[in-house]
Amino acid sequence: MDTLNALVALSNFVLVPALAYGAQLALGALGVTLIYGILRFSNFAHGDTMAFGTMIVILVTWGLQGMGISFGPLPTALLALPFGILGTIVLVLIFDRTVYKFYRRVRAAPVIFVMASLGVMFMMNGIVRFIIGVDEQNFLDGGRFVISAREFRDLTGLQEGLAIRTTQVLTVVTAAIIVAALFWFLGYTRTGKSMRAYSDNEDLALLSGINPERVVMYTWMIVAGLATVAGVLYGLDKSFKPFTYFQLLLPIFAAAIVGGLGSPLGAIAGGFVVAFSEIGVTYAWKKVATYLLPPDMAPSSLMQLLSTDYKFAVSFGILILVLLFRPTGIFKGKSV
Amino acid sequence: MSSDAYSGRGNKDRTITKTSEPGGGIPDTRAGTAKPAAGAHFLAGENMTGGYGATDILHDCTLTVDKGKIAVIVGPNGAGKSTAMKAVFGMLNLRGGRVVLDGEEITDLSPQDRVAKGMAFVPQTNNVFVSLSVEENLEMGAFLRKDDIRPTIEQVYELFPILKDKRRQPAGELSGGQRQQVAVGRALMTQPKLLMLDEPTAGVSPIVMDELFDRIIEVARTGISILMVEQNARQALEIADTGFVLVQGANAYTDTGQALLADPEVRRTFLGG
Repeated sequence: MDTLNALVALSNFVLVPALAYGAQLALGALGVTLIYGILRFSNFAHGDTMAFGTMIVILVTWGLQGMGISFGPLPTALLALPFGILGTIVLVLIFDRTVYKFYRRVRAAPVIFVMASLGVMFMMNGIVRFIIGVDEQNFLDGGRFVISAREFRDLTGLQEGLAIRTTQVLTVVTAAIIVAALFWFLGYTRTGKSMRAYSDNEDLALLSGINPERVVMYTWMIVAGLATVAGVLYGLDKSFKPFTYFQLLLPIFAAAIVGGLGSPLGAIAGGFVVAFSEIGVTYAWKKVATYLLPPDMAPSSLMQLLSTDYKFAVSFGILILVLLFRPTGIFKGKSV
Repeated sequence: MSSDAYSGRGNKDRTITKTSEPGGGIPDTRAGTAKPAAGAHFLAGENMTGGYGATDILHDCTLTVDKGKIAVIVGPNGAGKSTAMKAVFGMLNLRGGRVVLDGEEITDLSPQDRVAKGMAFVPQTNNVFVSLSVEENLEMGAFLRKDDIRPTIEQVYELFPILKDKRRQPAGELSGGQRQQVAVGRALMTQPKLLMLDEPTAGVSPIVMDELFDRIIEVARTGISILMVEQNARQALEIADTGFVLVQGANAYTDTGQALLADPEVRRTFLGG
């Protein structure tokens, strides 16, 4: 029995990575849920919006690095973030004016919006691949670790090491700040309240003089910001590859639906539920079990439920379970 | 953000968001010119004919309200009571007739533009933002106003004291009667000249209904004209300055509330003896 080492191993391989991944998913799911709550459709282009924003950040980061500008121990990408957000806002507003606005005017059914967003997804997909290519890009610089496994072992004298990467801390801190700012905006500002009112009852909002086009514009701007930040944090933590971002759509939608579509609080909870289950199910528990169980009961197998290649199956599984047994999600959002 | 998962949002009445038809949107150029016939009433929907689709529901229907008075529309089910009021508010296209408010013809304006002209409408259902707190509901009612809305909120709380106690609570958690108070309060936040209520007492208990009617009288005393559709014809006519009995989309009887209550013909046909 070695609880302390088990706990450290668990933190190193499950808790810390899942916390960071969960925060990234939560930011992505917040964007999806806002679009669903206010524009009333599932935005399939969200993953590629993230990719587009990240791409601009990468290009600007390269530019900054070329000029010899850095951000000390923090990644230079943080300095490039505002440019990425601005670029993404411009892009989504262009798509809104040219594509979605028409369908709003003819009051199209939600499924038509979804199909339109699928088209937008392919276009964004093409734009990103055309500009930056399909290959993997690393744009992380600055300090790599807050504490490395070796330092931790030397410090504590434990057998197991706990590595905490800069990007993981950065992800969680940034996500917390952004979520707090978003909730403050939605709860206490006139514009934020009008967005909630519009999401709640469109017709009554119109009768109150709330301008729907204004609400839609603010929503896209916030969503573009959220998507870019989520994409950059994910890219810093792992790496940037257009196809991976497209695939992120699945866990993000799973998170938004688990939490309850249209509920911002649910999106955050959903993000962590999906992240922890994905990593928990694909982690080989042998090490932790060996520390915890008596020596004669130590497992001989890896104790891994699913290979990491199947991690998307976890998102799918959660999605199906939720849709079967609680279609409104944890926080009672809108059913799908 | 909605509490009822399977409901859509809004009241599914597409006419409510009718964007202005040709000629609409911009205030009528004739606006402001006094009309001798219309000058007699604060609001007049004159000879309105029209419906949602190809068939007409309203036939030459006329409704009028004077300043600070209460007008009540009653009639059997399917008589076109709500339709008549929606016509006044611009939620359906008229094939004939016109609507005059305070000396301005507003027939071609969209509902939103009519709100800016001083009309306020309380739909029968889905008339509050269920996920917003009571106070936020009131704030949203005053969205168009740029001046200080605190005094108006205080006035609404004075009129409906229960709302002050519940101001932090989501409107969706309130009882039916309290929701109606929020709905009326939200409409009052625009400081309207005309308040239109579509069956404000639908689904509330008789005690709450009496209380709501008392409040409506109080609102009228502040100089706001009230046009109201009611199922509870007898109680509504008791507080009405003018009563309109509609049958099949046309005016059957028009008189003061008391006179209609006393009319044996009206009593026999509509009030159950």
